[in-house]
Amino acid sequence: MMLTKNLFKKPGNPLEWYDGHNKNSMPDIPDQMCISCPQCKAILLTGDLNENARVCPKCGYHFRMNARQRIGLVTDGDSFRERDAKMRSSNLIGFPNYEKKLWHARLESGENEGVVCGTASIGGFPCALFAMEPYFMMGSMGTVVGEKIARLFEYAAANSLPVVGFTVSGGARMQEGILSLMQMAKTSAAVKRHGEAGNLYVAVLTDPTTGGVTASFAMEADVILAEPGALIGFAGPRVIEQTMRQKLPPNFQRAEFLLEKGFVDEIVPRRGQKEYLANLLSMHQRGNGHGSV
Amino acid sequence: MEAYDRLAAARAKGRPTGLCYIRNIFTDFMEMHGDRRFGDDKAIVAGIARLCGMPVTVIANEKGGSTKEKVRRNFGSAHPEGYRKALRQMKLAEKFGRPVVCFVDTAGAFCGISAEERGEGQAIAENLTEMMALKTPVISVFIGEGGSGGALALAVADEVWMLENACYSVISPEGCASILWRDSSKVKEAAQCLKMTADDLLRLDVVERVIPEPADFSEVYETLKTELYHSLVLKKAEEIPALLQKRYDRFRKFGAT
Repeated sequence: MMLTKNLFKKPGNPLEWYDGHNKNSMPDIPDQMCISCPQCKAILLTGDLNENARVCPKCGYHFRMNARQRIGLVTDGDSFRERDAKMRSSNLIGFPNYEKKLWHARLESGENEGVVCGTASIGGFPCALFAMEPYFMMGSMGTVVGEKIARLFEYAAANSLPVVGFTVSGGARMQEGILSLMQMAKTSAAVKRHGEAGNLYVAVLTDPTTGGVTASFAMEADVILAEPGALIGFAGPRVIEQTMRQKLPPNFQRAEFLLEKGFVDEIVPRRGQKEYLANLLSMHQRGNGHGSV
Repeated sequence: MEAYDRLAAARAKGRPTGLCYIRNIFTDFMEMHGDRRFGDDKAIVAGIARLCGMPVTVIANEKGGSTKEKVRRNFGSAHPEGYRKALRQMKLAEKFGRPVVCFVDTAGAFCGISAEERGEGQAIAENLTEMMALKTPVISVFIGEGGSGGALALAVADEVWMLENACYSVISPEGCASILWRDSSKVKEAAQCLKMTADDLLRLDVVERVIPEPADFSEVYETLKTELYHSLVLKKAEEIPALLQKRYDRFRKFGAT
């Protein structure tokens, strides 16, 4: 039963390759050895795909990737030092079944919340870094995600560090009601202060970045990068199709579309991100006599 | 009253819309059109007016009264150019030391191809950061529906007030019911769970003040006129850095542990 179901499962479930501590708690999901590329239909070995930064070696399709793997890909060696790792959400407005959802999300992602924050170096350049976690309620922003991101920007501002952030989010977390909406203002406030002090903020928008995250810190960076093919938008395409009964143009809300319309600075494939970011950070070193002091 | 009944009242036909407040509370209103980038969004009305003699900048969602007017106003759902028009007027308010009053009444920012390709998310995000740092007092009043980011983009303020029957929510209860439970009949339940009424939001510290709605609606205008004037005079007397720090703290506190 389980195997048959897996045949039709969307690719990109972290349990297919994640070696973390939660593996034993989910014994009924067998390892899946092969995965089909949704773009070129090639059958790929899961192991090979992970070796290749979860990018299809045949056509370059970017599979979804969890926060830790992303951090591992762009940071130097073991330079990453996590901050606020233990913060967990609680059911602030008494929303039905939210505790259960949180429990399930922790299990599925192996994370305490929808974003991983810390400091690291990239190509030798120190920075503060956040990576949102797609397998924790699709990186939705509740109070803890907002708090961790606000704290990171405040820490970075106090220490004159640039911030590099990877976004992936379905938007505000509706189980926290209005308090999740307030996180848009809260994170924006922290981003603004960090920027006013002359610090660099680079956002890398990955698939999908939508809703309240797009309408706050994702679009507030000094340099906005995107992964190829990433869905980026305010309203989701399904919502637009359903409510407006509009047929969507091809490539609508994809990274390439946003580049064309002038809302991202550059599309940077995953394999080149570390070098790109290192170069960007090197050109924004403070007090080097060339840039801002 | 149940949350859903409040929402019904907030959406009720014949409920005063943004322009009614502008006409009844202010004098000498001069509307200023356009964002200087794309066009003029009629879902948001902006301009300069006097409040008890004091020059202020006024920005309001306008849903429109008649069906024809509603269509012209896009039912109060703004495109990016609406938020950019609002921000342009706020920047002028900052330049000339005028306080800003916003009246929020929108189901949400417009969701459609035109809004997306002109950067709805970016326009809202920019309003959030710029309003957070705007060097002049801002008070936002929720007069009807307050839907998500599209409402917040006019509500990063020193104080947020709500009319008794206004609502403010991260998502419409219809959207919440269909996404979470795939059941549109659970709208009432969703409205209750989302904590979107003025009383709920006062308890959650999201709003500072609830304005009662007596049978004679002209009292609402009178109350707002007096209260807005007194509050803005007090805020104008504050040092700007202190004002901005309080605004930062006002939003920083949500979910801080």
